[in-house]
Amino acid sequence: MPVSVANSRLIYEALKSCDVKLLSALPETWLVHLMRMADDDPDMTLVRIAKEEEAIGISAGAHLAGVNSALLMQNHGFFAAINPIVSLALLYKIPLLMLISYRGHWGEKDPWQTQGGLATEPLLRALNIPIWHLNTTADIPRRIKDAQTLAHAALHPVAVLLSRELMWEE
Amino acid sequence: MLRADALEAIYPDLERRIVVTIMGAVAAELYTLGHRHNFFYLEHAMGLASSMGLGIALALPEQPVIVLDGDGSLLMNLGTLSTLARYKPGNLLHIVFDNESLLSVGGFPTATSTGTDLAGIARAAGVPRVAETDTPADLKAAVEEALASNTLTTIVSKVEAVGPKTFHMDLPLLENRFQFRRYLEGLRGQAHE
Repeated sequence: MPVSVANSRLIYEALKSCDVKLLSALPETWLVHLMRMADDDPDMTLVRIAKEEEAIGISAGAHLAGVNSALLMQNHGFFAAINPIVSLALLYKIPLLMLISYRGHWGEKDPWQTQGGLATEPLLRALNIPIWHLNTTADIPRRIKDAQTLAHAALHPVAVLLSRELMWEE
Repeated sequence: MLRADALEAIYPDLERRIVVTIMGAVAAELYTLGHRHNFFYLEHAMGLASSMGLGIALALPEQPVIVLDGDGSLLMNLGTLSTLARYKPGNLLHIVFDNESLLSVGGFPTATSTGTDLAGIARAAGVPRVAETDTPADLKAAVEEALASNTLTTIVSKVEAVGPKTFHMDLPLLENRFQFRRYLEGLRGQAHE
């Protein structure tokens, strides 16, 4: 499976540098290495959810309890979580650090991913959620930290879009 | 039984503990019994009170966390039972008031009115302790046993589909949110001393 282990490791290390102690995730191809790294790390609580909606509640609870969390999700998982993003995170001013695998965008070969690729940024923009396209290795530590800093200052969700060039090695 | 009577019976067990409630009648009834900074009323996002409770319970493993859920809310997020059961936080108590109705939005019957068994679903999901109660005294006893057990417990309590006269709460959502976060911050501070 040509998902980049090296870049997954850099992303994981960046989350650790941000003092992220809890990760929620639902298995997704581009995220498998990140999930394994979290599983192997005794200092990380990995919550494997049944549906992404739950992750918004879990991160909200962790935030109110003073623990930094991040959410690993596919863009289709972000779609599944839109109601709680609106009616919990935005309503109650909860910061969310969402790392979203950007499927169905440039270079996508799977037809079933493509509608999701087209809808991702318009939906994020409709919710006024700031977006960073994480495309290059050098950007990883700085931009993940920046995303968390903005989320905590604004008490608002932020989206880091994990691109194909970063996650997939052809 | 009336949920208001059930809540009154367990109020002393809730008073000093972290409590997350769903919206609507449960929130208003608990608020009327006496608001405390350790109570968080999730006034929307139906189904997610138990997920919030899980996040808090994992973040503060030394602190008991009590979630007050309802049949309509739980049916919207049945997957939560499998996630709770997977991580089994021993400090989480999940109480479901089942009035077989979406009372706060006009009283439409839910699937528990036609036989869906939430306690059975919780057991089958793998929740290690599941209890069913139908009087305030039984509920209080079940709550106290659950808290003493240090084991993830779901209690399903059948209640009448009767709500409060008013749903008014003199507490803006964000005031509740910041009060609650401050309260939890205080608990963390104590833990570190």
